[in-house]
Amino acid sequence: MAVSADDVRRVAALARIGVAESRIPALVRELDGILAHMEVLARVTELAPDVELAGMPLAADEPGAVPLARPREQFAPAMRDGFFLVPRLATHDAAAGAS
Amino acid sequence: MNRDAFEMIVGLEVHVQLRTRTKAFCRCPTSFGDPPNRNTCPVCLALPGALPVLNARAVELAVRAALALDATVHNRSVFARKNYFYPDLPKGYQISQFEHPLATGGGVSLDGGRRIGITRIHMEEDAGKSVHDRFAGATAVDLNRAGVPLIEIVGAPDIRSSREAGAYLRALREILVYADVSDCSMEEGSFRVDANVSARRRGESALRTRTEIKNLNSFSNAERALDIEFARHCAAHEAGEVVVQQTMLYDAPADAVRPARSKEESHDYRYFPDPDLPPLVLAPGYVDAARATVPEPPGARRARYVSQGVTSPDAHALTADRGVVTYFEAVVAAGVPAPTAAHWVLGEVLAARNAGAGDAAFVEAGRLADLVAMVRANEVSSSAAKAIYATMIGDPGAPRAIAARDGRLQVGDDAALRAWVDEVLAENPAEAARFLGGEARLLGVLVGLVMKKSSGRADPKKVGQLLSGRVAGR
Amino acid sequence: MTDAVAGSAALIAASVRAGNVSARELASAALDAADRHQRRLNAFVSMDREATLAAADAAPRGGVLAGVPVAIKDNIATPFLTTSCGSRVLEGYVSPFEATAARKLREAGAVLIGKTTMDEFAMGSSTEHSAFGPARNPHDPDRVPGGSSGGSAVAVAAGVCPIALGSETGGSVRQPAAFCGVVGVKPTYGRVSRFGLVAFASSLDNVGVFGRTVDDAALALEVISGPDAAHDATSATGDVPRFRASAFDEPSPRGGAHVGDLSGVVIGRPREYFPGSLDAAMRDRCDRALDALRAAGAEVRDVSLPHTDLAIPAYYIVAPAECSANLARFDGVRYGARVTGDGLRAMYEATRSNGFGEEVTRRILLGTYVLSAGYYDAYYRKAMQARALIRADFESVFASGVHALFTPTTPTTAFPFGSMADPYDMYLSDIFTVTANLAGVPALSLPIGRVHGLPVGGQVIAPRFAEAGMLRVASALERALGADAHR
Repeated sequence: MAVSADDVRRVAALARIGVAESRIPALVRELDGILAHMEVLARVTELAPDVELAGMPLAADEPGAVPLARPREQFAPAMRDGFFLVPRLATHDAAAGAS
Repeated sequence: MNRDAFEMIVGLEVHVQLRTRTKAFCRCPTSFGDPPNRNTCPVCLALPGALPVLNARAVELAVRAALALDATVHNRSVFARKNYFYPDLPKGYQISQFEHPLATGGGVSLDGGRRIGITRIHMEEDAGKSVHDRFAGATAVDLNRAGVPLIEIVGAPDIRSSREAGAYLRALREILVYADVSDCSMEEGSFRVDANVSARRRGESALRTRTEIKNLNSFSNAERALDIEFARHCAAHEAGEVVVQQTMLYDAPADAVRPARSKEESHDYRYFPDPDLPPLVLAPGYVDAARATVPEPPGARRARYVSQGVTSPDAHALTADRGVVTYFEAVVAAGVPAPTAAHWVLGEVLAARNAGAGDAAFVEAGRLADLVAMVRANEVSSSAAKAIYATMIGDPGAPRAIAARDGRLQVGDDAALRAWVDEVLAENPAEAARFLGGEARLLGVLVGLVMKKSSGRADPKKVGQLLSGRVAGR
Repeated sequence: MTDAVAGSAALIAASVRAGNVSARELASAALDAADRHQRRLNAFVSMDREATLAAADAAPRGGVLAGVPVAIKDNIATPFLTTSCGSRVLEGYVSPFEATAARKLREAGAVLIGKTTMDEFAMGSSTEHSAFGPARNPHDPDRVPGGSSGGSAVAVAAGVCPIALGSETGGSVRQPAAFCGVVGVKPTYGRVSRFGLVAFASSLDNVGVFGRTVDDAALALEVISGPDAAHDATSATGDVPRFRASAFDEPSPRGGAHVGDLSGVVIGRPREYFPGSLDAAMRDRCDRALDALRAAGAEVRDVSLPHTDLAIPAYYIVAPAECSANLARFDGVRYGARVTGDGLRAMYEATRSNGFGEEVTRRILLGTYVLSAGYYDAYYRKAMQARALIRADFESVFASGVHALFTPTTPTTAFPFGSMADPYDMYLSDIFTVTANLAGVPALSLPIGRVHGLPVGGQVIAPRFAEAGMLRVASALERALGADAHR
C-alpha cells in the first residue's frame, strides 16, 4: 500500500497537525519507507492462543478525585469566569458533542 | 403529495446518564449545576499522566438497565477510544464501547402489543459542554459533565410512526426510571435522543437513505421533528430528488428541521481498544445477581394487576410511581385483595402523601391490611377507617386499638342505633315527614345524618334497615 | 561530599539514617555534580536548588532511600520542577499532581534533584529528538547516550546520583543503560503504576529504573513497585516480593550455597538475538558473559523465539497507533503552549505543528494512518496478532524449563550524533529490546564489557513477575564478571 500526498494531508487533518505543503513529499517518502517494512505483517495468519485476562479492577463510587495542587488558571492558556476559552467555532451549532 | 404512500422508518439512539455519585473514570462528583469546571480533576481534564479507572456502580447500573430491557449482557466487553477533536472532549477521544459492547439484543413492548427491538447497549463517557453565546468571539468550555457515565441504547429501525416513537421513548424512560438506573431527566440532559429517519414506499423491503436528527430534547419535539423530516423525505422521493445522508437539527422555536452546517471533513473515528482499560470481565454470577435486582417491568405489572381485578386506569396510576407501586405490592402481600389495595393506595394513601405526610403515608402494610380487614368485618365503617388511617400515620398503634381508644368501633347494637335514628328524625322533621311519606330517595341523606351523629360508628347497613323499617311499619 | 553521592544508594541511605550525613548535604553535593556536568552532558532539563534543598529538609529520615539524590525523567509527573516530556508543547509545564512512582520514591526518603533530558514524548533512541537539546554520552560526548531516557542514564553514569527513574516503551531504559554503562531495569508491565507517567503507548509503557549496580536498581525498583488499582487499571494487583533481598540473600533454587551461585538455573540463549550480522566484538562480550554465567553454575541452553522478526513491524504499528490517540490531548485548550490562529481549527493545527517535533509528528501521522478507515485490519489488527505470537514465544520458552534469557541489549555500542538519518535505522536500534515490551515481560541491561572504550550491555529477560529471579541472575553475572564488566 503506497502512501500518497493526499493520504498525508488526510491524516494530518485528522490529527490536527498543520503540515506545510513543502514538507509533504518528505513525509510521503518517510511514511512509505516505514510502512514498507510493515508488509511482513501481511504474512501473519497464525493466531496465538487467547490469554484469558482476569479483567480490570473497578473503583467504588465514592468521591475522592485526585486533587489539583495548583489552580486551573495557573496552567490553562485562557480562562474566564471558570471556563476554558477557545476561539469560537465557525460551525459550532453543527458540531455534535458525544454521540 | 401522497404521504400515505410512504412508510416512516425510524431507529432511535438514546443516551442515558447513569445514576452514580462519581464520574465513569474518575471520582469527581456528577452533580448538576455547579460552577464551571468545579468538578474536574487530572483525569477528566486529561492532564498528562492521568489514567482512567472504571466506576463499579456504573457497571452495575448499566447491567441492570440492559437486563431491564431484556438484552443479553456479555461477560466480557471492551472499551475503545473514539478519536475526534472537539474542545469539550479533553482527551481528544471518547472512551466508548465499539466492537464488544456490554449488551446486545432486547427490546421494549408498547401498550398496543408492538415490540421495538434494541440492537445494542454500550457504556461510554459524556463530553463536556461548549457554550457559544456567553463570550463574544469565544467558545467557553465547561468540563463538569466530561466523564459522566452514560449508556447508549441503540434501537432497531422498527418504529413506523412519530406516535410510536413517542410511545417507545416513554416506555423506555419508564423502564429505566423503574430500574433506578437513571433520573431520565430531559431538562438536565440525562435522557437524550437522536433519531435516524427514512421513508420508503409501502411494500418496498429495502431501506432508503436516512438522515439523523439531533437535539430532540423533549418527547413532543421528537414526534414533531420526525413528522417534519418524514414529510421532507416523502416530498423528495415523490419529486424524484435525492435525499442526502446528513445530520439534521430540530429548531424547536422555529418548528423546523435544518441541516447541521456540514463539517469540514467526514468522520473517521479510528476506534481501537483503549490500552488503559483491560477488558471488562463480569465475574461468574454477576449477571444473575444483577438480575435479582431488576424490578418487574411496569407493563408486566399492569397486566398482572388487571388480571387481579384492578382497573386499567388504576393499574397505570399505580405504576406511575415507583414508591407507590412498591407499597401497593406490600399491601397486597399482606392479604388485601388487589382492587381494594389499589383503592386505598390511590385514594387515602396518595392523598395523605401529597398533603404533606410524605413517605410516612406508607404506614406498615400489615397495619393497613388489618384496618381493611376491620372494614370488611363491619367492625368500623369506611369513613371511620379513613379517620383511623389518618391517625395511624403518626401513631404506631394497631388500628383496632386506635379505633377503640378514639371511639370509632362500629356500633351494631339495635338500641343505640334506634336512639340515634329517633334523634335524627326528631331533629329533621321536614325530611322525616317526606321520607316516611314515601320519598325513598331521602334514605341516603338520613343514613348520612345518623352516621354523622354517631361520629361514623353506626353500622350504615343496619341504620338503613331500621329507617326502611319505619316506613314499612306505617 | 562528591564521594558521598558516588556511593551506592543503600550506603547513602544507611549513613543518613545513622545521622552521619544529612539529606540537605547530599542534595547539595548532587546538585554541584549536576551543575559541573551540565554544560558538557546536558543530562537535565530542569533543576531548582531552593526547591530541592527544601524537599531534602522535608524528606523522611528513616526511609530505605533516606536522603538519596535521584533524577527523574521529564515525563514522570513530580510536584516541583517541570514535566515537559522534552517537548515544546509542554515547555515549562509543572504538573499539579504527582506520579505514583515519584511519590513512592519521595516517601522512601529520596530527594529529587532534577528532571532529565529525553527524546520528545519518549520517542527516540538517542535524545536527539529532545526539544531542549540532546544529552551526551559521558564515555564520549560526541556520541549519543541512547534514549529516550538518555538524561537519566547519563546522570547515573556521570556519578551525579546513584539511581534515577526512566521510562520504557520499546527499550528506552535498557538501551541508554547499555550505551552509558549502567544497569537499567524494565519491570513486568503493570508492576509499577503508570499513574503520572505521561503516556506514549499505554500498552507498552513502563516506569523503569537506573542504578550503577544491580543492587541499587533492585532497591529502587522495590520501592516504586506495587498495586495502584485506584489510579491505574493496568497496574498489577499482586504483592511485591523483596527484589533486593531475593537477589542477594536467598539461597539458589537448589538450596544452593552462596550468593552468586546459579546452580540449577537454566539460561536460554535465543538464536534470533545473535544473528550472523552481529558485530564480532559485541558477540565476543556476550560469549564472555555466557561463560561467566556457566562459571556461576548456570546451564546455558540454545533456544528459539521464532516470531522475533515481527517485533519491530508490530511495535511500529502499535506504538504509533496508541501515541496518535495519547497525544491528542495536547490541543492548547486546557494546558500547555497554545499557538493561536484564525479560529479553533487553526489554533489546533498551529499549536500541534509548533508544539511537536519531527519524530513525534511522524509517529502521530503514522499512527493515525494505520488506524484510519480501510487500514485498521491490514495494520493494527495484524500487529496485535503478531504481538500475541511474540508473547506466546516467550511463554513457551519459559514453560520449557528456561528461567531467564540472555541476549545483547543493543546491536551496536553508542553511535555518533547525526548518524541515523533514516528513521527506520534508528528504529532498528530497538530490535533486541522491543520484544520484552510487546510481551510485557521484565528485562534488564547490565554492563558486560567495552568495545573501543564504549560500554556494551547484556540483557536478561525473565517471565512475567519474575523480577526477583532476573535480578538474582544479573547480580550473579555482575559478580562473576567483576572488573571485566567495564573493560
